[in-house]
Amino acid sequence: MIQVSLTVNGASVTAEIEPRMLLVQFLREQLRLTGTHVGCDTSQCGACVVHVDGVSVKSCTMLAVQAQGAAVATIEGLAAGETLHPMQAAFRAHHGLQCGYCTPGMVMSALDLVRHNPDPSERAIRDWLDGNLCRCTGYQNIVKAIAAGAQAMRGPAASS
Amino acid sequence: MHAFNYHRPTSIEDATKALAAAADGKYLAGGMTLIPTLKQRLARQSDLIDLAAIQQLRGIRDDKTGVSIGAMTTHAELAASPALRAKLGGLARLAECIGDPQVRNRGTIGGALANNDPAADYPAACLALGATIVTDRREIAADGFFKGLFETALDAGELITGVRFPLARKSAYAKFRNPASGYAIVGVFVAQCSGESRVAVTGARQSGVFRIEEMERALTKSWSPDAVAKLSVTAEGLNADIHASAVYRAQLITVMARRAVAAA
Ligand SMILES: Cc1cc2nc3c(=O)[nH]c(=O)nc-3n(C[C@H](O)[C@H](O)[C@H](O)COP(=O)(O)OP(=O)(O)OC[C@H]3O[C@@H](n4cnc5c(N)ncnc54)[C@H](O)[C@@H]3O)c2cc1C
Ligand code: FES
Ligand code: FES
Repeated sequence: MIQVSLTVNGASVTAEIEPRMLLVQFLREQLRLTGTHVGCDTSQCGACVVHVDGVSVKSCTMLAVQAQGAAVATIEGLAAGETLHPMQAAFRAHHGLQCGYCTPGMVMSALDLVRHNPDPSERAIRDWLDGNLCRCTGYQNIVKAIAAGAQAMRGPAASS
Repeated sequence: MHAFNYHRPTSIEDATKALAAAADGKYLAGGMTLIPTLKQRLARQSDLIDLAAIQQLRGIRDDKTGVSIGAMTTHAELAASPALRAKLGGLARLAECIGDPQVRNRGTIGGALANNDPAADYPAACLALGATIVTDRREIAADGFFKGLFETALDAGELITGVRFPLARKSAYAKFRNPASGYAIVGVFVAQCSGESRVAVTGARQSGVFRIEEMERALTKSWSPDAVAKLSVTAEGLNADIHASAVYRAQLITVMARRAVAAA
């Protein structure tokens, strides 16, 4: 067992864990933050995407001990009480999901895109989603939702 | 995943010592290859030595003769580096087309070179640009580093600390990627260095990256897409799988070489 201390959605967490525990297991099984999903065994689907120190990563391909001292953000940390984050609201408004399994990863990945590129083109959105698979929607509405979410995040003043 | 001991040294010396002391240890860099392998129990290690806290292994430094990249520099950092974009644009763009954004945010150049996947991208850049792989104990020219399927010249416990790339007049990479995995079905890196041109191919042979001297001679004589467009490559010895036959890969090598020269 090894001690790990980090923050998750702003709250400090310290725990004794096995070194082999994946970050996604730590979040889901230890902290009961089950919004982050596991969709594959091959690091390809992106259902598990969270932010570590502001950068999107696959939490199924990172050990929890590798997040020692880091700030982790998950889908649960986005909404302010009952008010959805603009990117979450855009997924709802544009029907960017069907079963919803891929959605937390899509939203967390999209927010990292917007950090680099506040006004992404459709091409840029599709390229960025290389690591996020959706088995339901065919991506059309996900792409629309991310464009709309990015626009909402730029604020009304920025929309043309 | 089988259990292991975890170490997080802050110096190169402590990392190599920890590995030497382990029964069956491995360095952990970005984990983008090692962790999936451990998860599927394709490998079992007694100890993982995480290189993440060693500041000396990070960063991109450039001077008049070339660019030095720390082993723990991520693909995303390489792709975004203004110095690299200005001086070795082909390498920066190569980093941008590895895997997906989340793989690029964690995966490192040192890990990719140590792993030497036969379809990995960086080996083609290292070989074409004539890079030097720097370790805790010596310097290894790229020409002698890649030894075959997942094999390198690294000795047991040897740690890659960085890679030094000499400047090229022109360089570019063209990749025909497998849409599912992101890896190269065929990738060709071309470089025009002082006096010679070099062409390196990845993804096409089981033994990994290789040079094509006929194309190099043609490009040294005349650097133009037409110089390689007419040169066909033999399909003998090339990979054949569900994604591409050997004949198709041979054709792709010519096409990717032409596109890379045109983009350089
Ligand atoms: C979905 C997916 C898509 C991918 N697509 C591509 C692609 O298109 N092109 C491509 O080239 N790669 C691709 N990769 C692989 C990726 O680039 C990895 O990041 C890379 O192969 C390994 O780097 P790492 O830093 O993650 O190393 P790790 O996984 O941590 O380590 C890999 C191996 O290298 C050893 N090692 C690590 N660092 C050092 C060092 N400094 N010195 C000595 N030994 C060391 C480790 O012990 C281990 O054996 C993909 C991976 C995934 C999961
Ligand atoms: S669960 Fe599929 S990439 Fe993490
Ligand atoms: S909505 Fe079902 S997997 Fe994307």
